[in-house]
Amino acid sequence: MFDTLSEKLQGVFSGLRGRGKLTDADIDQAMRAIRLSLLEADVSLPVVKQLTSAISERARGEEVATSLTPDQMVVKIVNEELSRLMGSSSVSLPISPRPPTIVLMAGLQGSGKTTCSAKLARFYQQQGRAPMLIACDVHRPAAAEQLSVLGAQLGIPVHREDGVTDAIGIAQRGIAAAKATVRDMVIVDTAGRTVVDEQMMAELVGVRDAVGPTAVVLVLDAMTGQTAVDVAVAFHEAVQFDGVILTKLDGDARGGAALSVRAVTGRPIFFVGTGEKIDALEAFHPDRMASRILGMGDVLTLIEKAQQNVDIDTAKDLEKKIMGGGMTLEDFLDQLRQIRKMGPVGQLLGMVPGLRNATKGRDLQIDDRQLDRLEAIISSMTPGERRRPEVINGSRRARIAQGSGTSVQEVNQLLAQFKQMRKMMKRIGKGGMPAIPGM
Amino acid sequence: MSEQVDELGRWAELFDLPLGETAPEPEVRRRGIFSRLKESLTKPSQTISPQLAGIFAPGLITQETWDDLEEALIGADCGMDASLALVEELRSEAMQGRIVNRNEIAKGLVAAVTRQMTPEPPKISLDADPTVILVVGVNGSGKTTTVGKLAHRLHQLDQKVVIGAADTFRAAAIDQLAIWADRSDAHLVRQAPGADPGAVAFDAVSSGVSRQADVVLIDTAGRLQTQHNLMEELRKVHAVIAKANSDAPHETLLVVDATTGQNGLSQARLFGQAVPLTGVIVTKLDGSAKGGIAVAINRELGIPVKMIGVGEQLDDLQPFNAQAYAQALFSPEPSPS
Repeated sequence: MFDTLSEKLQGVFSGLRGRGKLTDADIDQAMRAIRLSLLEADVSLPVVKQLTSAISERARGEEVATSLTPDQMVVKIVNEELSRLMGSSSVSLPISPRPPTIVLMAGLQGSGKTTCSAKLARFYQQQGRAPMLIACDVHRPAAAEQLSVLGAQLGIPVHREDGVTDAIGIAQRGIAAAKATVRDMVIVDTAGRTVVDEQMMAELVGVRDAVGPTAVVLVLDAMTGQTAVDVAVAFHEAVQFDGVILTKLDGDARGGAALSVRAVTGRPIFFVGTGEKIDALEAFHPDRMASRILGMGDVLTLIEKAQQNVDIDTAKDLEKKIMGGGMTLEDFLDQLRQIRKMGPVGQLLGMVPGLRNATKGRDLQIDDRQLDRLEAIISSMTPGERRRPEVINGSRRARIAQGSGTSVQEVNQLLAQFKQMRKMMKRIGKGGMPAIPGM
Repeated sequence: MSEQVDELGRWAELFDLPLGETAPEPEVRRRGIFSRLKESLTKPSQTISPQLAGIFAPGLITQETWDDLEEALIGADCGMDASLALVEELRSEAMQGRIVNRNEIAKGLVAAVTRQMTPEPPKISLDADPTVILVVGVNGSGKTTTVGKLAHRLHQLDQKVVIGAADTFRAAAIDQLAIWADRSDAHLVRQAPGADPGAVAFDAVSSGVSRQADVVLIDTAGRLQTQHNLMEELRKVHAVIAKANSDAPHETLLVVDATTGQNGLSQARLFGQAVPLTGVIVTKLDGSAKGGIAVAINRELGIPVKMIGVGEQLDDLQPFNAQAYAQALFSPEPSPS
């Protein structure tokens, strides 16, 4: 693995640490490292230049505040400049005062438009709206079928016309159908295109003019390289998109494309796609993204996820229990399920400040399937066994292993670990250590 | 018509096959790989050409020239390391007096990239019965389309093809492949959506054996290289194929979108850790893609590029030619056709 941007920047700044003052040479060195990091993160060259010159100017001009060490100051400046470049606050997709709200999806081939259309529909469905999908990709084989399958999974109607090659007509009839069935949110999926294909771009403009969308959204792959700016500019010139959805951000792509597009077109990023699952779509927060890039962790998102998924009262009760050493396997299972509701565990750990850095180079993969097995084992126990694991003898172990499709060794391992954990928790509780939050 | 035969000839060369009497069906668009590649790479003339053209314009070579060149290479997605190395290489040639004016930088650059990316034409031998080709890559890189186009070419070369639809995850991926299989007269091995991809791959290979097919192409679901479970699944698919036929898969090809930036390196590295890669296919080299990531992948990981996709048409998948690629990417000279 190569270093992420945050690791690189931290490397630079740790070199600056422990000095009272920044010399010009220090700043130059830091700027070179920042420049390299940004380029490796696929931020486009003109944007990198703009950013580093702004950062270096501020770093030189600014008095070193007495409360901050030089490296902290540079981190602060970089963070501020990154956030500023990405827009200071999050922007949500506009909703039409006169329904239906019509969203037109545009983008290169393979950027994830169809999946994203479904995710967006799901997002608004959860907000109590009545979405409808229109399949206007008349070029890729089976694209309409893909949208239909996704729509069926979500219980969202899909307008498709097989064998029809006139995307504009499909869009118009789809909108009419949406109005007739009182859908208040219409998402129009279009064919992926290359920016140099004038015919395809003309078709997109035609669809736009025919449906009069509330918003045109550019779907952009987070892994896009230096091309991002050209793509954004070309789409912007053709259809004047209102904002961007950045897809595939759950990989190790560093998403420099987001910075570039925002800087060059001034258009905000509405959402980011963060996983394979249909609900893996999150609002984009520029400040949080900057912190994430800088390795400061994304505590806000983590807290938000916890609040959405964890019941505070139960958590408090549990905390007391755990600290008293009275935790049962039942509690453990509850706990496990609550945490897992927040998303894949590996992803959650990535949001914890410092953890990404601390585990540098080492594999931080927590296999969610491993957790599935734990769940299965505990679920195969009787309630009595969960409360008093001591009673689990050899024959019970064999039964549990068989019931959960695991082996006796795995059951043993779980029980041993649980015993150890309980002992440890009890010790912490007695030792009067600062209370660990329930989760 | 001669270009048409030429094109098929290049495929015959890639697969080490004799070019038979079969004349491909006539099609309207007929240009050589080179002109098309060059055209598609330079059409959005605002991309790298003016920058490079400025560098290659007559004049003295200064420090600024080298800096500009480095930026141009980075701007083409070649990545930091490959760009710096290439500039260093050219600079030392200049010191030895082999490059004396800016014009020669272009030639030197093309030569250096060609040297690095192996001037020998790539080969995919179809000796095995059947030869199994596994196609892997991230979501949206163009695997399914590539498998379809490859099936079409092999069909033109009189090869009997079986396609395994092991992308059982993406909605309608199997339908998309069915349409491609139909177009190229290939037998499609499929199961219900959500089925075990390993089982589909195994069936495809067995079916290839019993049908005495020449080639078995296996399409897999797109996965991000950081998704541990999905990479483990891929490892399993690879192992299952080996169980069906101990030498198989004979080729494991990574499909990389040409618009990909430095993440392409991570893709090649992590996919390579899961399954031994034998080659790379760079897709979507039309549009404004820079395609320099292929240079970076080749330089850092030594995986050869075997094919490129330059457009949406059925015949827009081409065997890789290092010289043509380098020339199309970096040379301001019109192509010698």
